[in-house]
Amino acid sequence: MNTQNPASTDTGPDENPQVLTTRDGIPLKVSLARALRREKLRALVLIAPLLLFVLITFAAPIADMLFRSVENGIVSETLPKTVEVLATWDPESGEIPDQAAFTALYEDLKVAVEEKTHTRLGSRLNYEASGMSSLFRKTGRRIGRMEPADATVERFIDIDKDWGTVETWAVLKRYSPTITPGYFLNAADMQLTAEGVEMKPENERIYLYLFWRTLFLSLTITSTCLLLGYPVAFLLAALPARSANLLMILVLLPFWTSLLVRTSAWKVLLQQQGVINDFLVWTGLVSDAGRLVMINNQTGTIIAMTHILLPFMILPLYSVMKTISPSYVRAAKSLGATDWTAFWRVYFPQTVPGIGAGAILVFILAIGYYITPELVGGTDGIFISNRIAYHISTSLNWGLAAALGVILLLAVMLLFYVYDKIVGIDNVKLG
Amino acid sequence: MTETKGAAVRYENVQKSYDGETLVVKNLNLDIPPGEFLTMLGPSGSGKTTCLMMLAGFEPATHGEIFLNDRPINNVQPHKRGIGMVFQNYALFPHMSVAENLAFPLQVRGMGKAEQEEKVKRALEMVELGHFGSRRPAQLSGGQQQRVAVARALVFEPELVLMDEPLGALDKQLREQMQYEIKHIHDNIGVTIVYVTHDQTEALTMSDRVAVFNDGVIQQLSRPDVLYEDPQNSFVAQFIGENNKLSGTVESIDGETCAVRLDDGTMLKADAVNIDGVGSRTTISLRPERVEFDTHDAMDNLVSGQIEEMIYLGDHIRVRMTVAGNNEFVVKVRNRGEKRDLKTGQTVEIGWAAGDCKALDAVA
Amino acid sequence: MKFKTLLLAGAASAMMTSGAMAIDLTIVSWGGAYSNSQNEAYHKPYMAANPGVNIINDESSAEAVAKLRAMNEAGNVTWDLVDVVASDAIRLCDEGLAEEINFDEALAPAPDGTPASEDFGDLIVSDCFIPQIVYSTTFGYRSDVEAWNGREPDDICDVFDLENFPGKRSLEKRPINNMEWALLCDGVAKDDVYDVLETEEGVSRALAKLETIKDQTIWWTAGAETPQLLADGEVVIGSTYNGRLFSLIEEQDQPVKMLWDAQVFDLDGWIVPAGLSDERKAAVMDYLKFATDTQRLADQAKYISYGPARKSSAPLVGKHAELGIDMAPHMPTDPKNATNTFLYNYEWWADYRDDLDAKFQAWLAG
Repeated sequence: MNTQNPASTDTGPDENPQVLTTRDGIPLKVSLARALRREKLRALVLIAPLLLFVLITFAAPIADMLFRSVENGIVSETLPKTVEVLATWDPESGEIPDQAAFTALYEDLKVAVEEKTHTRLGSRLNYEASGMSSLFRKTGRRIGRMEPADATVERFIDIDKDWGTVETWAVLKRYSPTITPGYFLNAADMQLTAEGVEMKPENERIYLYLFWRTLFLSLTITSTCLLLGYPVAFLLAALPARSANLLMILVLLPFWTSLLVRTSAWKVLLQQQGVINDFLVWTGLVSDAGRLVMINNQTGTIIAMTHILLPFMILPLYSVMKTISPSYVRAAKSLGATDWTAFWRVYFPQTVPGIGAGAILVFILAIGYYITPELVGGTDGIFISNRIAYHISTSLNWGLAAALGVILLLAVMLLFYVYDKIVGIDNVKLG
Repeated sequence: MTETKGAAVRYENVQKSYDGETLVVKNLNLDIPPGEFLTMLGPSGSGKTTCLMMLAGFEPATHGEIFLNDRPINNVQPHKRGIGMVFQNYALFPHMSVAENLAFPLQVRGMGKAEQEEKVKRALEMVELGHFGSRRPAQLSGGQQQRVAVARALVFEPELVLMDEPLGALDKQLREQMQYEIKHIHDNIGVTIVYVTHDQTEALTMSDRVAVFNDGVIQQLSRPDVLYEDPQNSFVAQFIGENNKLSGTVESIDGETCAVRLDDGTMLKADAVNIDGVGSRTTISLRPERVEFDTHDAMDNLVSGQIEEMIYLGDHIRVRMTVAGNNEFVVKVRNRGEKRDLKTGQTVEIGWAAGDCKALDAVA
Repeated sequence: MKFKTLLLAGAASAMMTSGAMAIDLTIVSWGGAYSNSQNEAYHKPYMAANPGVNIINDESSAEAVAKLRAMNEAGNVTWDLVDVVASDAIRLCDEGLAEEINFDEALAPAPDGTPASEDFGDLIVSDCFIPQIVYSTTFGYRSDVEAWNGREPDDICDVFDLENFPGKRSLEKRPINNMEWALLCDGVAKDDVYDVLETEEGVSRALAKLETIKDQTIWWTAGAETPQLLADGEVVIGSTYNGRLFSLIEEQDQPVKMLWDAQVFDLDGWIVPAGLSDERKAAVMDYLKFATDTQRLADQAKYISYGPARKSSAPLVGKHAELGIDMAPHMPTDPKNATNTFLYNYEWWADYRDDLDAKFQAWLAG
């Protein structure tokens, strides 16, 4: 063992003070670094367009989404004076704020009505407490005609009795900070109350359950894809190129039909008065009254999504299997292994990278799917993405949608990490 | 390795077709006695690998029967045939260590752990890789992988080992070395080996007998020296070693020899090996090293030719000449250190014995 | 060359000053038969009268709320007029995504001179919303169900009666309407429904009632689903928009009948997106004035069985453009159909939608 600074043995400045230089006297290391820098710069220029594209179309929207899930500037922007006055008010007192708060509210709303932002604030607060929407709409309508002198406590309570409740003001105060954990709490079936963070009542909890179900269904779909796709990929890899290409077209066929058409086709097949049930009744396997329920539930989601995602399992499996020389299995057999042993001990382990790649692809695609579950999932076959879509397009609660999206993203990343620890991401091969 | 007794193999009227239209193997009959090292040699597509695969059980014979120790094996599953096999690209299982690869055939036979280890150790020592047991195949050089593959094919002590171009992926030097090693292993343990290659040097170096395949038929089955000295037809003469071809017509036949008139009128005497009779076309085959520049009148064949090119190759000089209208006529002159007065463009007389040139079937 | 350019420029400016410059109006609607009725009743006559206007149909109404918000945030609103249901209009108005309308100024009065605001009356539920049609969400049922032994449902509560009317139902996958019906059939008086629904007990009560038919229910999200399910025999009774049922019964001749009880009136109409340029806004307002007048609204009813939103249009409703049958008896507003109707409380739902939706979805998932 080298006891003396083993790291410096290659350059050895201590033992060898002479620095190597190029012929024109520049130290070799400097010269080398310069040459490398030029190369790095070149590489950067080459990837710059893609990098920029990814930043703009991928990283920026994600950052925006992350921000939306906590952003809450609307209260302090719309009601700046009110927020300031409420800072000194304590909801624990059990009393509504004094006249100063009402005056501030009047002044704030006067501006807000002018800019038509009061209803937007109402919608925002309505996510937290029902009734806020109409409270602000109603108050805004009256405030236009109100004189400053009229802005009394009694007058406001007269407009809407909610102004006389502590809870209304408490909600205002609770959501006055510009950053809020509210959306994330909501997304985790929790809520911010006067007593702090607590679970929502049992009958309003839904998201944690949906997250769990999304994971469970995605895993189920991944396994069914594997079970169905593995033999097909195996056959594809074993067939001569011409027949394999033909079969490959059949595998890829689902890609060429619209998602909606395919999903509707499953409806026709699977519904209770559908083709499969009709056939089963005709053969007498199932009685007319006992027709199977195969759609508008989890079964429907699993069947339809397995069909849609199957190619994503078959393709990586196929490309990995194709690289496995048939001589491995032959070798195993010549060494005395039965067909099964040759497959299980020799062939299968070599397809694990393909299984890894296919499983990751299918799982990640499945976890974010929403059109198919929406159409065939009924009530117990829908995913968290369906709720995200609902909050984006119907309830307009983008903050909650963003928070749900962030949690989903984190869950996928966590699973990815676990997967890397167990299987090893180096073991994933797309071909 | 314990002493193993080799197995006898017999092909009886074996035919093979993949598409039902053409025969890849046409009526093969072949007897391989126990302990023999037999090489199937031929160009690609000649049917040699198919014959090997039928023996291993990976391809069914379309017709005929294959016997292993007098037992018909057409309906025996490959894994029950007990035949060791070395593949072209070794087919070492990449996800197992070297030792696990070697232990595999023992495991599937239900052998005890201790015995397995013992056998694996001995097999690794046999191929001089005693310390490599824990490595993965990918961490070994090509030559080392090759040896592991051989060890794996032998570790369960089969009576018959098949090798399908096992040295094809190695560089020349390593290939030569491995040829000797395989030969030694064969000599030491007495296993029967059927070896497939398209490399004639490999075939000549290692084999007890060589079966030259072409077009689905064994062209000649002989010891290596007979194959070289006495080719039975033009294909074999051409395929094994270097060869000069001279085309002509048979003028007369006199017992073992015949007189042939070359197309430019030159008359030659040759061994009548494979000709149809007087007046038929023939191709005379002549090894380059049998041609002499030091001619004397007693020689059976004397012709003149023009020197076109001379290449110095150390142990011999290669002289390309135009002889009887053939400008690809090659003569190898052993480098004995004497000064010889040969120049390009010179016309000289050359000669050889009638027994050194064979009148064979005509090639177009 | 130069002369030619000059000439072209001159011609172009002449066209602009004469006001004949072609303008594209992007009008967003629901697609299908509904868009077709608008095309026939509004777009075609308007384009015939205004050759300079080219109307482009966009069928994105289902995602209009989210898309409008996204366009607004991006600062690039490409739509000129959007057809939405009233509740969406309220939301868009609250979010500042729709323009407020001065009804009497912007819209044509009735033929007898009644100002527009009066002619539309109560149907103006938002400052941004110009009502177009009254539709109702009601039930259709198959008339050939053997298990019903000749009985036919004539009461909304028959939907909850699995004993006399066994078979699968289809209901919309949202709390609106379903909660009201459940309470009505649980003995709550029509006028008290929203007061009860405002309480925790009321919500539990409604959900408990729905629970009785939950495992016999298929939940729909698109209006086309119930007609399809009824036609396939997948369900025996189901809720959807009355126009969809009309086309199923009259146009496709399926063995399905209407259940006109406790039908819930709802409105569909126009909003003008906020943030249009003055020029585009002027073009849109001109179109709106035309498309929402008394005759145009009555004309639309020739093509689809939805009631015109103006009182003055009702007497003008005629026959179906192709089938030639009288449309009036198929209107949700027809007195014979409207003996027992339910008024949808927009204001109340705007406040409680988020809360009830969470509870409803949690109940569905559980």
